Amino acid sequence: MGNGDSVFFSRVLTELTLSFHIIYATIGVGVPLMIMIAQWVGIKKNDEHYILLARRWTRGFVITVAVGVVTGTAIGLQLSLLWPNFMELAGNTIALPLFMETFAFFFEAIFLGIYIYTWDRFKNQKKHLLLLIPVALGASFSAIFITIVNAFMNAPQGFDLVNGELVNVSPLLAMFNPAMPSKVAHVVVTAYMTSAFVLASIGAFRLLKGSNHEYHKKALLLTMKLGLIFSIATAVIGDFSGKYLAEYQPEKLAAAEWHFETEAGAPLILYGVLDNGEVKYALKVPFGLSILAHSNPNAKVIGLDQFSKEDVPPLYIHYLFDLMVTIGMWLIFLSLVYLVGTWKKWPFIFSKWFRWLMVLGGPFSIIAIEAGWWLDEVGRQPWVLRGIMRTKDAATASGHVDTMLWLFAGLYLILGIGSAFVLWRMFRKNPVEQELADRAADKAGDMK
Amino acid sequence: MTLEILGITVLGVFLFGYIIIASIDFGAGFFNAFSTVTGKEHILTKVIQRYLSPVWEVTNVFLVFFFVGIIGFFPKTAYYYGSTLLVPVSIAVILLAIRGAYYAFTTYGGLKHKRYTILYGLTGLFIPASLSIVLTISEGGFVTMEKSGPVLDYWALFTSPLSWSIVVLSLTSVLYISAVFLTWYAQKAKDRAAANLLRKYALVWAGPAIITATGIIVEMKDHNPEHYQRLVDVWWLFGLSVILFAGTVFLLWKRLAYGLAFGLLTGQFTFAFLAYGISHYPYLMYPYLTIYDSFTNKAMATALVIAFIAGLCLLLPSLYLLLRLFLFNKDYVQGNRNDHA
Ligand code: HDD
Ligand code: HEM
Ligand code: HEM
Repeated sequence: MGNGDSVFFSRVLTELTLSFHIIYATIGVGVPLMIMIAQWVGIKKNDEHYILLARRWTRGFVITVAVGVVTGTAIGLQLSLLWPNFMELAGNTIALPLFMETFAFFFEAIFLGIYIYTWDRFKNQKKHLLLLIPVALGASFSAIFITIVNAFMNAPQGFDLVNGELVNVSPLLAMFNPAMPSKVAHVVVTAYMTSAFVLASIGAFRLLKGSNHEYHKKALLLTMKLGLIFSIATAVIGDFSGKYLAEYQPEKLAAAEWHFETEAGAPLILYGVLDNGEVKYALKVPFGLSILAHSNPNAKVIGLDQFSKEDVPPLYIHYLFDLMVTIGMWLIFLSLVYLVGTWKKWPFIFSKWFRWLMVLGGPFSIIAIEAGWWLDEVGRQPWVLRGIMRTKDAATASGHVDTMLWLFAGLYLILGIGSAFVLWRMFRKNPVEQELADRAADKAGDMK
Repeated sequence: MTLEILGITVLGVFLFGYIIIASIDFGAGFFNAFSTVTGKEHILTKVIQRYLSPVWEVTNVFLVFFFVGIIGFFPKTAYYYGSTLLVPVSIAVILLAIRGAYYAFTTYGGLKHKRYTILYGLTGLFIPASLSIVLTISEGGFVTMEKSGPVLDYWALFTSPLSWSIVVLSLTSVLYISAVFLTWYAQKAKDRAAANLLRKYALVWAGPAIITATGIIVEMKDHNPEHYQRLVDVWWLFGLSVILFAGTVFLLWKRLAYGLAFGLLTGQFTFAFLAYGISHYPYLMYPYLTIYDSFTNKAMATALVIAFIAGLCLLLPSLYLLLRLFLFNKDYVQGNRNDHA
């Protein structure tokens, strides 16, 4: 296997591991917050349903966390195994947030262990809820720290390269790079949004399958409310991400928007296909891109003509961008309609087809997450560290990457199927109605 | 103390922590499987699962801490070890993943099957075996520098007596450490039958553990005379280690103070680990990489140390809470409480 091959297979393996990890990681970041909110509402309203909701979500959550942890360990080691040259540089410049991330992991893992094994230990539910705070904080901080590393890859700073030597390293400057604020905020908020819609899918699915229990209705209403809040936040912060790109990574924005010529008053191109360098069937919003990039319809937006050919990222990221934004807008719309409709008692809210749309909300958010990361990472190409190190120079020279790719692909297949199967079985075997009845019987037993 | 020494000490502490708690975990899985095969599962399974359940993720983080930390403090290790370890570490990762996920699926997800229990137990042996290769490689002689970078000579590795002795040592230590700890734990759980059986396992594995450890020192003489000489220089640390070993065996034999026995065992491994670490100094990989030429820049090192101290302030109280609630909580250990979500 030549070096070109190991670069290729290293890329595929990285893509595969990250795309798999991110599903579980996103759920791992967002769901603790949802559990916290449900348990808190339950305590406030003294409503057994919300507490049970929190409890059942927790049971599912430990399964997704487990897969998150093992795939995270895999990607953590793979970064050094597949990109040794990059990691040597990264170790010198951006190791601080990576290192802090391990403390966030510790914090989360310890308190998660405590939280799940102390459900009935405290008389006062509030005390138990307190144990969840470090879990949620730890999870969100894992996301914050790792995203800072990724932001650094997009906008490296905090060191100087003099004759190939690293000098003037400043770990804090490296962490607080220009990409960091919008990227961290967008990643964290999209994780919350995704978790809300994934949990909403479950509630909607149960209602579709004939259950008419109050429990599922409450669950659906709560998660759709949260979904609306976080999806609006996502769109707002996504807009900031666009403005960041215009300022610091214009080639990525230009490639994502198929913006070829630098011009003032640039239109926004939505959808469409690229045919021999010509954009076809696209929707053109006049002045749209200038507004998106600089909040000013007459602002000049840099186009791809300003870059040499080998520095332009693949143009297919346009489709990824459109997919992500469309899903974001759609879910804002869907959750808004649902909430207004519930309030106004519009009958179609309770129809089968509408519930199916809500079931699809969860998978759609996950697709948006994947599209967003692919946009971000492919849009950075050909650089692994923008402007400093090319991806092809970062990879290992080892000859066995292709075999490892097959092994890991098999592993993820097993983990994916295994976790889906276990989750499915868990909720099938122990329906809410049954559990509520059991708990009521337990309580009655205690009284005697 | 220089920053280099401070860095390697921090990493050493966490590596040692991982070795001990992961050994307990790996061994427990193996004994669990073994008892299933030999029809004694009713004796062991409960005790073992009660201990393992709340801690497996924490165990994993120790490993993550070590490999993230070493890239931070000694970035060149990414280049030397990253380029050479692709195959052995990938295999270890896959096994770890299967193990962790399967564990979660069974305990939280209620999936149960004898075949899987056995598979799970076996991964507990293969993982330490594959991870121990890292130690072997660090002794030098298996990596050559080519134009494309460092390359691992698999043939030399697989035919070297040293690498096989290290594999065997990792297995015997895992079983020994785990059995001693679980004896104590079963005792606390007031589970007589389990404690007796585990005590027997502990005594069975004590001999092989010490013999293989000694064997390695002998192998080293041929393989890496420089390291051997430095090992001999710290003979007194090994001496202390052997004395503590004798103490553990004595207590187990006499059925006395199992808690103390585990304490002595920890001491034994601490001294042996120290002796190994000190004699390995300053090399991270013979003869290419020392802690000095691989060290990160000063600014990063200082930042990492500060982050480490701050992190520790967060970590130690939390770990204490975890231990108090599960390891040292009578009701939990004895199985009177099970407040699982
Ligand atoms: C549920 C998922 C989701 C949804 C609905 C959206 N995004 Fe997003 N987006 C992400 C999930 C995501 C992400 C996975 O979190 C990314 C990938 C890398 C990153 O920083 O965030 C991302 C990246 C990302 C980037 C690239 C940032 C960079 O490369 O530095 C831009 C410009 C936007 N988003 C903009 C938007 C806009 C204007 C949206 C309108 C609604 C939107 N996103 C919805
Ligand atoms: C978890 C979400 C992420 C996903 C889904 C993701 C996805 C990807 C994809 C698809 C590529 C390949 C691009 C290409 O080859 O065209 C890539 C490259 C890479 N990413 Fe990310 N990424 C994520 C986050 C990160 C983070 C946080 C880091 C750093 C700590 C990182 C480090 C890398 C590296 C080193 C490469 C190698 C360059 C390459 O393969 O082209 N990624 N990632
Ligand atoms: C290159 C990128 C990444 C690396 C190297 C990485 C590394 C890791 C590692 C080593 C773990 C296991 C920790 C443990 O043992 O407890 C893990 C888990 C986790 N990762 Fe990643 N990760 C990456 C990308 C991401 C991203 C982009 C996010 C968030 C958006 C994320 C969020 C999490 C979370 C929350 C966990 C904890 C497990 C869970 O709650 O599901 N990771 N990651």
